[in-house]
Amino acid sequence: MAKITFITKSGESTTFEADAGNIMELAVNNSVQGIEGECGGVCSCATCHVHVAPDYYEKTGTPGDIEADMLELDDNVNEYSRLGCQIDVSEELDGMVLHVANK
Amino acid sequence: MKKSEFPDAFSEARGDKGTGQYDDQGDEVTMLLRLKDVRKTAKDWQTFRSQDERPGRIVVPTEVDIAVVRQIPFELDPPKHTDYRALVEPWFKRPDSPEYRKKIERIISALIDEVTAQKTTEVVEGFSLRLQSRALTVLLNLPYEEADTWISWGTHVFRSEDNPLDGDKAQVLYQYIDAQIERASQKAGDDLFSVLLNTEVDGRKMTKEEVKGVMVLTFAGGRDTVINALTNTIAYLGDHPEALEYIRQNPDKITFAVEELVRYFSPLTHMGRVVDEDATVCEHAAKASSRVSLCWASANRDETVFDNPNEVDLERKANPHVAFGFGIHKCLGATHARQLLRTLLSVLSQKVKAIHLLEADDKIEEWDDFHRKVGFDQLTARFEKI
Repeated sequence: MAKITFITKSGESTTFEADAGNIMELAVNNSVQGIEGECGGVCSCATCHVHVAPDYYEKTGTPGDIEADMLELDDNVNEYSRLGCQIDVSEELDGMVLHVANK
Repeated sequence: MKKSEFPDAFSEARGDKGTGQYDDQGDEVTMLLRLKDVRKTAKDWQTFRSQDERPGRIVVPTEVDIAVVRQIPFELDPPKHTDYRALVEPWFKRPDSPEYRKKIERIISALIDEVTAQKTTEVVEGFSLRLQSRALTVLLNLPYEEADTWISWGTHVFRSEDNPLDGDKAQVLYQYIDAQIERASQKAGDDLFSVLLNTEVDGRKMTKEEVKGVMVLTFAGGRDTVINALTNTIAYLGDHPEALEYIRQNPDKITFAVEELVRYFSPLTHMGRVVDEDATVCEHAAKASSRVSLCWASANRDETVFDNPNEVDLERKANPHVAFGFGIHKCLGATHARQLLRTLLSVLSQKVKAIHLLEADDKIEEWDDFHRKVGFDQLTARFEKI
Protein backbone atom coordinates (compact mmCIF):
# COMPACT_ATOMS: atom_id res chain seq x y z
CA MET A 1 0.00 0.00 0.00
CA ALA A 2 1.34 3.44 -0.92
CA LYS A 3 0.01 6.87 0.04
CA ILE A 4 0.30 9.36 -2.79
CA THR A 5 -0.42 13.09 -2.49
CA PHE A 6 -1.56 15.26 -5.41
CA ILE A 7 -1.34 19.04 -5.27
CA THR A 8 -3.40 20.72 -8.00
CA LYS A 9 -2.71 24.01 -9.76
CA SER A 10 -5.18 25.73 -7.46
CA GLY A 11 -3.20 24.45 -4.45
CA GLU A 12 -5.64 21.79 -3.30
CA SER A 13 -3.87 18.86 -1.68
CA THR A 14 -5.40 15.37 -1.42
CA THR A 15 -3.88 12.02 -0.47
CA PHE A 16 -5.01 8.62 -1.74
CA GLU A 17 -3.95 5.05 -1.08
CA ALA A 18 -3.29 2.47 -3.76
CA ASP A 19 -1.60 -0.88 -4.14
CA ALA A 20 -1.90 -1.41 -7.88
CA GLY A 21 -2.36 0.43 -11.17
CA ASN A 22 -0.61 3.62 -12.16
CA ILE A 23 -0.59 7.23 -11.02
CA MET A 24 -2.92 8.42 -13.78
CA GLU A 25 -5.55 5.82 -12.86
CA LEU A 26 -5.32 6.75 -9.19
CA ALA A 27 -5.84 10.43 -10.03
CA VAL A 28 -8.69 9.83 -12.51
CA ASN A 29 -10.52 7.47 -10.15
CA ASN A 30 -10.41 10.20 -7.52
CA SER A 31 -11.21 13.08 -9.91
CA VAL A 32 -7.98 14.99 -9.31
CA GLN A 33 -8.30 18.34 -11.13
CA GLY A 34 -5.92 18.62 -14.11
CA ILE A 35 -5.44 14.88 -14.71
CA GLU A 36 -7.63 13.66 -17.57
CA GLY A 37 -6.04 10.40 -18.75
CA GLU A 38 -7.95 10.65 -22.03
CA CYS A 39 -6.07 7.87 -23.85
CA GLY A 40 -6.40 5.47 -20.94
CA GLY A 41 -2.67 5.21 -20.31
CA VAL A 42 -0.85 4.55 -23.58
CA CYS A 43 1.29 7.70 -23.56
CA SER A 44 -0.60 9.37 -26.37
CA CYS A 45 -2.45 12.36 -24.86
CA ALA A 46 -0.14 13.85 -22.19
CA THR A 47 -3.14 14.80 -20.04
CA CYS A 48 -1.64 13.20 -16.91
CA HIS A 49 1.45 15.39 -16.58
CA VAL A 50 2.84 15.72 -13.03
CA HIS A 51 5.94 17.15 -11.38
CA VAL A 52 7.41 14.61 -8.99
CA ALA A 53 8.73 15.95 -5.68
CA PRO A 54 12.56 15.94 -6.08
CA ASP A 55 13.07 13.46 -3.22
CA TYR A 56 11.04 10.87 -5.07
CA TYR A 57 12.16 11.50 -8.62
CA GLU A 58 14.89 8.90 -8.48
CA LYS A 59 12.45 6.26 -7.31
CA THR A 60 10.06 6.88 -10.19
CA GLY A 61 12.93 6.79 -12.67
CA THR A 62 13.44 9.00 -15.71
CA PRO A 63 10.99 9.11 -18.64
CA GLY A 64 11.46 6.65 -21.50
CA ASP A 65 12.07 7.95 -25.06
CA ILE A 66 8.43 8.05 -26.09
CA GLU A 67 7.38 9.70 -22.84
CA ALA A 68 10.22 12.25 -23.12
CA ASP A 69 9.07 13.15 -26.64
CA MET A 70 5.55 13.73 -25.37
CA LEU A 71 6.77 15.87 -22.48
CA GLU A 72 9.04 17.93 -24.71
CA LEU A 73 5.98 19.49 -26.35
CA ASP A 74 3.81 19.85 -23.26
CA ASP A 75 3.31 23.07 -21.30
CA ASN A 76 4.93 23.63 -17.90
CA VAL A 77 7.67 21.04 -18.31
CA ASN A 78 10.44 20.95 -15.73
CA GLU A 79 13.24 18.55 -14.80
CA TYR A 80 10.86 16.55 -12.59
CA SER A 81 8.13 16.11 -15.20
CA ARG A 82 6.59 12.68 -15.75
CA LEU A 83 3.40 11.30 -17.26
CA GLY A 84 1.36 9.65 -14.53
CA CYS A 85 0.31 6.76 -16.77
CA GLN A 86 3.92 5.65 -17.03
CA ILE A 87 4.51 5.44 -13.26
CA ASP A 88 3.26 2.24 -11.66
CA VAL A 89 2.21 2.44 -8.04
CA SER A 90 4.54 0.54 -5.70
CA GLU A 91 5.36 0.39 -1.99
CA GLU A 92 8.53 2.25 -2.73
CA LEU A 93 6.55 5.35 -3.70
CA ASP A 94 4.76 5.55 -0.34
CA GLY A 95 4.60 9.17 0.78
CA MET A 96 5.29 10.63 -2.67
CA VAL A 97 4.05 14.14 -3.44
CA LEU A 98 3.07 15.08 -6.99
CA HIS A 99 2.26 18.54 -8.33
CA VAL A 100 -0.26 18.48 -11.17
CA ALA A 101 1.40 20.35 -14.05
CA ASN A 102 -1.63 21.77 -15.85
CA LYS A 103 -5.07 23.14 -14.97
CA MET B 1 -4.32 -9.59 -48.47
CA LYS B 2 -6.76 -9.87 -45.60
CA LYS B 3 -9.81 -7.64 -45.79
CA SER B 4 -8.82 -5.85 -42.60
CA GLU B 5 -5.31 -5.07 -43.79
CA PHE B 6 -4.71 -1.34 -44.27
CA PRO B 7 -1.38 -0.79 -46.03
CA ASP B 8 0.79 2.21 -45.16
CA ALA B 9 0.51 4.51 -48.18
CA PHE B 10 3.26 6.89 -47.11
CA SER B 11 6.21 4.71 -46.10
CA GLU B 12 8.59 5.60 -48.93
CA ALA B 13 8.00 9.35 -48.94
CA ARG B 14 8.13 9.49 -45.15
CA GLY B 15 11.56 7.84 -45.15
CA ASP B 16 12.98 9.73 -48.14
CA LYS B 17 11.78 13.28 -47.71
CA GLY B 18 9.38 13.36 -44.84
CA THR B 19 6.88 15.29 -46.93
CA GLY B 20 4.51 14.78 -49.83
CA GLN B 21 2.75 17.17 -52.22
CA TYR B 22 -0.94 17.26 -53.03
CA ASP B 23 -2.34 19.61 -55.63
CA ASP B 24 -5.65 20.59 -54.05
CA GLN B 25 -7.47 22.41 -56.89
CA GLY B 26 -4.52 24.75 -57.33
CA ASP B 27 -4.08 25.44 -53.59
CA GLU B 28 -1.12 23.10 -53.04
CA VAL B 29 -0.64 21.29 -49.75
CA THR B 30 2.66 20.07 -48.31
CA MET B 31 1.82 16.95 -46.34
CA LEU B 32 3.96 16.35 -43.26
CA LEU B 33 4.52 12.64 -42.84
CA ARG B 34 6.72 12.08 -39.77
CA LEU B 35 5.30 11.84 -36.27
CA LYS B 36 7.69 14.36 -34.70
CA ASP B 37 7.08 16.96 -37.42
CA VAL B 38 3.33 16.45 -37.24
CA ARG B 39 3.26 16.86 -33.48
CA LYS B 40 5.57 19.88 -33.44
CA THR B 41 3.57 21.60 -36.16
CA ALA B 42 0.22 20.80 -34.52
CA LYS B 43 1.52 22.28 -31.29
CA ASP B 44 2.73 25.50 -32.91
CA TRP B 45 -0.63 27.13 -33.61
CA GLN B 46 0.97 30.59 -33.75
CA THR B 47 2.86 29.70 -36.94
CA PHE B 48 0.48 27.11 -38.38
CA ARG B 49 -2.96 28.63 -38.16
CA SER B 50 -6.46 27.24 -38.24
CA GLN B 51 -8.14 30.64 -38.33
CA ASP B 52 -7.80 31.54 -41.99
CA GLU B 53 -9.82 34.44 -43.35
CA ARG B 54 -11.54 31.96 -45.68
CA PRO B 55 -13.59 29.34 -43.80
CA GLY B 56 -13.07 25.84 -45.17
CA ARG B 57 -9.44 26.36 -46.14
CA ILE B 58 -7.80 24.15 -43.52
CA VAL B 59 -9.90 21.21 -44.65
CA VAL B 60 -8.24 19.05 -47.31
CA PRO B 61 -9.63 18.92 -49.95
CA THR B 62 -10.40 22.59 -49.47
CA GLU B 63 -14.02 23.55 -48.84
CA VAL B 64 -13.63 27.31 -49.40
CA ASP B 65 -16.14 27.24 -52.25
CA ILE B 66 -18.86 25.40 -50.33
CA ALA B 67 -18.37 26.37 -46.68
CA VAL B 68 -21.21 28.64 -45.56
CA VAL B 69 -20.04 29.02 -42.00
CA ARG B 70 -16.86 28.96 -39.90
CA GLN B 71 -16.61 25.73 -37.90
CA ILE B 72 -16.24 26.46 -34.18
CA PRO B 73 -13.93 26.08 -32.31
CA PHE B 74 -12.01 24.17 -34.99
CA GLU B 75 -11.40 27.12 -37.37
CA LEU B 76 -10.38 29.57 -34.65
CA ASP B 77 -7.08 30.16 -32.89
CA PRO B 78 -6.42 31.67 -29.45
CA PRO B 79 -7.59 33.86 -27.88
CA LYS B 80 -11.01 33.18 -29.45
CA HIS B 81 -10.42 29.45 -29.69
CA THR B 82 -9.65 29.21 -25.98
CA ASP B 83 -12.96 30.80 -25.00
CA TYR B 84 -15.16 28.73 -27.31
CA ARG B 85 -13.36 25.49 -26.60
CA ALA B 86 -13.77 26.00 -22.85
CA LEU B 87 -17.49 26.66 -23.36
CA VAL B 88 -18.21 23.49 -25.33
CA GLU B 89 -15.71 21.14 -23.72
CA PRO B 90 -17.76 20.13 -20.63
CA TRP B 91 -20.59 18.98 -22.91
CA PHE B 92 -18.21 16.89 -25.01
CA LYS B 93 -16.72 15.29 -21.87
CA ARG B 94 -20.09 13.84 -20.81
CA PRO B 95 -19.31 10.51 -22.53
CA ASP B 96 -16.98 9.66 -19.63
CA SER B 97 -19.90 9.29 -17.21
CA PRO B 98 -21.35 5.85 -16.31
CA GLU B 99 -24.88 6.98 -17.27
CA TYR B 100 -23.69 7.92 -20.76
CA ARG B 101 -21.95 4.60 -21.15
CA LYS B 102 -25.12 2.76 -20.15
CA LYS B 103 -27.10 4.55 -22.86
CA ILE B 104 -24.49 3.68 -25.48
CA GLU B 105 -24.43 0.09 -24.23
CA ARG B 106 -28.20 -0.25 -24.67
CA ILE B 107 -27.99 1.10 -28.23
CA ILE B 108 -25.18 -1.26 -29.19
CA SER B 109 -26.81 -4.23 -27.53
CA ALA B 110 -30.08 -3.71 -29.41
CA LEU B 111 -28.27 -3.29 -32.73
CA ILE B 112 -26.24 -6.45 -32.20
CA ASP B 113 -29.45 -8.35 -31.49
CA GLU B 114 -30.75 -7.05 -34.83
CA VAL B 115 -27.71 -8.06 -36.87
CA THR B 116 -27.24 -11.46 -35.27
CA ALA B 117 -30.84 -12.23 -36.28
CA GLN B 118 -30.04 -11.42 -39.93
CA LYS B 119 -28.53 -13.89 -42.39
CA THR B 120 -26.04 -11.31 -43.60
CA THR B 121 -25.50 -7.63 -42.87
CA GLU B 122 -23.99 -4.91 -45.03
CA VAL B 123 -21.86 -3.43 -42.29
CA VAL B 124 -21.36 0.15 -43.55
CA GLU B 125 -25.05 1.05 -43.93
CA GLY B 126 -26.62 -1.70 -41.85
CA PHE B 127 -24.40 -1.46 -38.80
CA SER B 128 -21.95 1.46 -38.68
CA LEU B 129 -24.14 4.24 -40.06
CA ARG B 130 -26.97 3.20 -37.76
CA LEU B 131 -24.74 2.95 -34.72
CA GLN B 132 -23.01 6.25 -35.46
CA SER B 133 -26.38 8.00 -35.84
CA ARG B 134 -28.05 6.44 -32.82
CA ALA B 135 -25.03 7.14 -30.62
CA LEU B 136 -25.05 10.75 -31.83
CA THR B 137 -28.50 11.22 -30.30
CA VAL B 138 -26.85 10.57 -26.92
CA LEU B 139 -24.08 13.08 -27.59
CA LEU B 140 -26.58 15.75 -28.67
CA ASN B 141 -29.17 14.66 -26.08
CA LEU B 142 -31.91 14.43 -28.71
CA PRO B 143 -34.67 11.78 -28.92
CA TYR B 144 -33.53 8.38 -30.20
CA GLU B 145 -35.92 8.63 -33.18
CA GLU B 146 -33.98 11.62 -34.53
CA ALA B 147 -31.38 9.13 -35.72
CA ASP B 148 -33.81 7.86 -38.38
CA THR B 149 -33.44 11.16 -40.25
CA TRP B 150 -29.64 11.00 -40.19
CA ILE B 151 -29.67 7.35 -41.25
CA SER B 152 -31.98 8.21 -44.16
CA TRP B 153 -29.33 10.60 -45.50
CA GLY B 154 -27.13 7.59 -46.33
CA THR B 155 -23.35 7.53 -46.17
CA HIS B 156 -22.78 10.04 -48.93
CA VAL B 157 -24.81 12.92 -47.62
CA PHE B 158 -22.06 15.48 -47.21
CA ARG B 159 -20.03 14.47 -50.24
CA SER B 160 -21.27 12.96 -53.47
CA GLU B 161 -19.31 9.99 -54.71
CA ASP B 162 -18.10 11.54 -57.93
CA ASN B 163 -17.51 15.06 -56.67
CA PRO B 164 -16.27 15.67 -53.13
CA LEU B 165 -17.07 19.35 -53.41
CA ASP B 166 -20.69 19.07 -54.41
CA GLY B 167 -22.26 22.06 -52.65
CA ASP B 168 -25.84 20.76 -53.06
CA LYS B 169 -25.04 17.73 -50.93
CA ALA B 170 -23.81 19.88 -48.07
CA GLN B 171 -27.12 21.81 -48.20
CA VAL B 172 -28.99 18.83 -46.68
CA LEU B 173 -26.96 19.19 -43.53
CA TYR B 174 -27.02 23.00 -43.42
CA GLN B 175 -30.80 23.13 -43.85
CA TYR B 176 -31.32 20.50 -41.19
CA ILE B 177 -29.14 22.41 -38.72
CA ASP B 178 -30.92 25.70 -39.50
CA ALA B 179 -34.27 24.05 -38.82
CA GLN B 180 -33.05 22.58 -35.53
CA ILE B 181 -31.69 25.96 -34.43
CA GLU B 182 -35.09 27.53 -35.18
CA ARG B 183 -36.84 24.75 -33.26
CA ALA B 184 -34.58 25.23 -30.24
CA SER B 185 -34.90 29.01 -30.30
CA GLN B 186 -38.73 28.74 -30.28
CA LYS B 187 -38.83 26.18 -27.51
CA ALA B 188 -35.64 25.41 -25.65
CA GLY B 189 -35.01 21.86 -24.49
CA ASP B 190 -32.01 20.17 -22.91
CA ASP B 191 -30.31 19.21 -26.17
CA LEU B 192 -27.05 20.65 -27.50
CA PHE B 193 -28.77 23.10 -29.88
CA SER B 194 -30.71 24.64 -26.97
CA VAL B 195 -27.73 24.63 -24.63
CA LEU B 196 -25.54 26.43 -27.17
CA LEU B 197 -28.21 29.05 -27.93
CA ASN B 198 -28.23 29.78 -24.21
CA THR B 199 -24.46 29.89 -23.82
CA GLU B 200 -22.85 33.24 -23.17
CA VAL B 201 -19.69 34.40 -24.87
CA ASP B 202 -18.20 37.88 -24.41
CA GLY B 203 -21.18 38.85 -22.24
CA ARG B 204 -23.77 38.02 -24.93
CA LYS B 205 -25.60 34.92 -26.11
CA MET B 206 -24.02 32.83 -28.86
CA THR B 207 -25.39 33.84 -32.25
CA LYS B 208 -27.28 31.39 -34.46
CA GLU B 209 -24.39 31.49 -36.89
CA GLU B 210 -21.94 30.49 -34.15
CA VAL B 211 -24.23 27.68 -33.00
CA LYS B 212 -24.37 26.51 -36.60
CA GLY B 213 -20.57 26.55 -36.70
CA VAL B 214 -20.36 24.21 -33.72
CA MET B 215 -23.08 21.91 -35.05
CA VAL B 216 -21.59 21.60 -38.55
CA LEU B 217 -18.34 20.54 -36.91
CA THR B 218 -20.14 18.03 -34.70
CA PHE B 219 -22.10 16.44 -37.54
CA ALA B 220 -19.45 16.50 -40.27
CA GLY B 221 -16.40 15.74 -38.14
CA GLY B 222 -17.96 12.74 -36.50
CA ARG B 223 -19.68 11.02 -39.40
CA ASP B 224 -17.33 9.38 -41.93
CA THR B 225 -14.59 9.09 -39.31
CA VAL B 226 -16.78 7.19 -36.87
CA ILE B 227 -18.42 5.08 -39.58
CA ASN B 228 -14.99 4.02 -40.86
CA ALA B 229 -13.66 3.31 -37.36
CA LEU B 230 -16.66 1.09 -36.63
CA THR B 231 -16.63 -0.77 -39.95
CA ASN B 232 -12.88 -1.31 -39.84
CA THR B 233 -13.12 -2.65 -36.30
CA ILE B 234 -15.73 -5.18 -37.43
CA ALA B 235 -13.48 -6.17 -40.34
CA TYR B 236 -10.52 -6.62 -38.00
CA LEU B 237 -12.46 -8.80 -35.57
CA GLY B 238 -13.81 -10.82 -38.51
CA ASP B 239 -10.32 -11.54 -39.78
CA HIS B 240 -8.97 -12.10 -36.27
CA PRO B 241 -11.25 -14.32 -34.18
CA GLU B 242 -8.40 -14.64 -31.68
CA ALA B 243 -8.67 -10.89 -31.01
CA LEU B 244 -12.35 -11.20 -30.14
CA GLU B 245 -11.46 -14.08 -27.83
CA TYR B 246 -8.64 -12.02 -26.27
CA ILE B 247 -11.08 -9.19 -25.50
CA ARG B 248 -13.55 -11.69 -24.05
CA GLN B 249 -10.86 -12.98 -21.71
CA ASN B 250 -9.30 -9.59 -20.97
CA PRO B 251 -12.01 -6.92 -20.78
CA ASP B 252 -9.62 -4.74 -18.77
CA LYS B 253 -7.42 -4.43 -21.89
CA ILE B 254 -10.16 -2.84 -24.02
CA THR B 255 -8.81 0.68 -23.52
CA PHE B 256 -5.43 -0.27 -24.97
CA ALA B 257 -7.06 -2.21 -27.78
CA VAL B 258 -9.13 0.79 -28.86
CA GLU B 259 -6.10 3.10 -28.95
CA GLU B 260 -4.26 0.58 -31.12
CA LEU B 261 -7.17 0.16 -33.51
CA VAL B 262 -7.56 3.90 -34.02
CA ARG B 263 -3.79 4.24 -34.53
CA TYR B 264 -3.85 1.54 -37.19
CA PHE B 265 -7.00 2.78 -38.97
CA SER B 266 -6.44 6.54 -38.51
CA PRO B 267 -9.96 7.41 -39.68
CA LEU B 268 -8.97 10.98 -40.57
CA THR B 269 -6.01 10.96 -42.97
CA HIS B 270 -4.89 14.54 -42.47
CA MET B 271 -5.88 18.09 -41.58
CA GLY B 272 -4.51 21.34 -42.96
CA ARG B 273 -2.99 24.45 -41.45
CA VAL B 274 -2.17 27.81 -43.03
CA VAL B 275 1.40 29.04 -42.60
CA ASP B 276 1.32 32.41 -40.85
CA GLU B 277 4.82 33.57 -41.74
CA ASP B 278 7.69 31.96 -43.63
CA ALA B 279 8.77 28.89 -41.68
CA THR B 280 10.72 25.68 -42.01
CA VAL B 281 9.25 22.25 -41.38
CA CYS B 282 11.17 19.07 -41.95
CA GLU B 283 13.90 21.07 -43.75
CA HIS B 284 11.23 22.26 -46.11
CA ALA B 285 10.53 25.96 -46.62
CA ALA B 286 6.90 26.72 -45.90
CA LYS B 287 5.89 30.07 -47.38
CA ALA B 288 3.54 32.45 -45.63
CA SER B 289 -0.14 31.81 -46.46
CA SER B 290 0.65 28.44 -48.11
CA ARG B 291 -0.80 25.29 -46.60
CA VAL B 292 0.70 22.28 -44.87
CA SER B 293 -1.21 19.24 -43.69
CA LEU B 294 -0.67 17.17 -40.58
CA CYS B 295 -0.84 13.63 -41.89
CA TRP B 296 -2.07 11.66 -38.91
CA ALA B 297 -2.30 8.45 -40.94
CA SER B 298 1.35 8.56 -41.94
CA ALA B 299 2.60 9.69 -38.52
CA ASN B 300 0.82 6.73 -36.95
CA ARG B 301 2.93 4.31 -39.01
CA ASP B 302 6.25 6.06 -38.35
CA GLU B 303 8.73 3.20 -38.01
CA THR B 304 11.18 5.39 -36.08
CA VAL B 305 8.64 5.53 -33.24
CA PHE B 306 6.43 2.43 -33.43
CA ASP B 307 7.76 -1.13 -33.42
CA ASN B 308 6.07 -3.17 -36.15
CA PRO B 309 3.93 -0.18 -37.17
CA ASN B 310 1.96 -2.14 -39.76
CA GLU B 311 0.78 -4.73 -37.29
CA VAL B 312 -2.12 -4.40 -34.90
CA ASP B 313 -0.80 -5.18 -31.43
CA LEU B 314 -3.72 -4.95 -29.03
CA GLU B 315 -1.31 -4.97 -26.09
CA ARG B 316 0.81 -2.06 -27.34
CA LYS B 317 1.54 -0.12 -24.20
CA ALA B 318 3.48 2.93 -25.35
CA ASN B 319 1.34 4.15 -28.22
CA PRO B 320 1.85 7.88 -28.84
CA HIS B 321 -0.51 7.98 -31.82
CA VAL B 322 -2.15 11.11 -33.21
CA ALA B 323 -5.35 9.55 -34.56
CA PHE B 324 -7.37 12.19 -32.69
CA GLY B 325 -4.97 14.98 -33.60
CA PHE B 326 -2.66 16.78 -31.20
CA GLY B 327 -2.40 20.15 -29.49
CA ILE B 328 -5.14 22.69 -28.86
CA HIS B 329 -7.26 21.51 -31.80
CA LYS B 330 -7.30 17.83 -30.87
CA CYS B 331 -10.59 16.11 -31.63
CA LEU B 332 -13.49 17.49 -29.59
CA GLY B 333 -15.46 14.30 -30.16
CA ALA B 334 -12.70 11.95 -29.03
CA THR B 335 -14.28 11.21 -25.65
CA HIS B 336 -17.50 10.13 -27.40
CA ALA B 337 -15.63 8.12 -30.06
CA ARG B 338 -13.53 6.34 -27.46
CA GLN B 339 -16.57 5.49 -25.34
CA LEU B 340 -18.39 4.20 -28.41
CA LEU B 341 -15.51 1.96 -29.50
CA ARG B 342 -14.74 0.71 -25.99
CA THR B 343 -18.38 -0.18 -25.38
CA LEU B 344 -18.64 -1.80 -28.81
CA LEU B 345 -15.72 -4.13 -28.06
CA SER B 346 -17.20 -4.96 -24.69
CA VAL B 347 -20.72 -5.77 -25.97
CA LEU B 348 -19.46 -7.63 -29.05
CA SER B 349 -17.29 -9.85 -26.89
CA GLN B 350 -20.29 -10.69 -24.72
CA LYS B 351 -22.83 -11.31 -27.48
CA VAL B 352 -20.99 -12.36 -30.63
CA LYS B 353 -19.17 -15.63 -31.07
CA ALA B 354 -17.65 -14.84 -34.44
CA ILE B 355 -17.92 -12.39 -37.33
CA HIS B 356 -17.73 -14.01 -40.77
CA LEU B 357 -16.64 -11.61 -43.52
CA LEU B 358 -18.14 -12.32 -46.91
CA GLU B 359 -17.59 -9.57 -49.46
CA ALA B 360 -15.74 -6.26 -49.34
CA ASP B 361 -15.11 -3.23 -51.55
CA ASP B 362 -12.31 -1.04 -50.28
CA LYS B 363 -12.72 2.70 -50.02
CA ILE B 364 -9.53 4.23 -51.36
CA GLU B 365 -8.63 7.91 -51.04
CA GLU B 366 -6.39 9.45 -53.68
CA TRP B 367 -4.00 12.23 -52.77
CA ASP B 368 -2.05 12.45 -56.04
CA ASP B 369 0.78 9.91 -55.60
CA PHE B 370 -0.67 8.49 -52.40
CA HIS B 371 -3.52 6.02 -52.57
CA ARG B 372 -4.76 5.17 -49.13
CA LYS B 373 -7.34 2.63 -48.01
CA VAL B 374 -9.38 4.36 -45.33
CA GLY B 375 -12.40 2.05 -45.00
CA PHE B 376 -14.95 0.19 -47.06
CA ASP B 377 -17.59 1.21 -49.59
CA GLN B 378 -19.33 -1.97 -48.60
CA LEU B 379 -18.59 -4.91 -46.34
CA THR B 380 -20.91 -7.88 -46.01
CA ALA B 381 -20.66 -10.03 -42.92
CA ARG B 382 -22.53 -12.57 -40.82
CA PHE B 383 -22.64 -11.96 -37.10
CA GLU B 384 -22.80 -15.26 -35.23
CA LYS B 385 -24.43 -15.04 -31.87
CA ILE B 386 -23.08 -16.71 -28.74
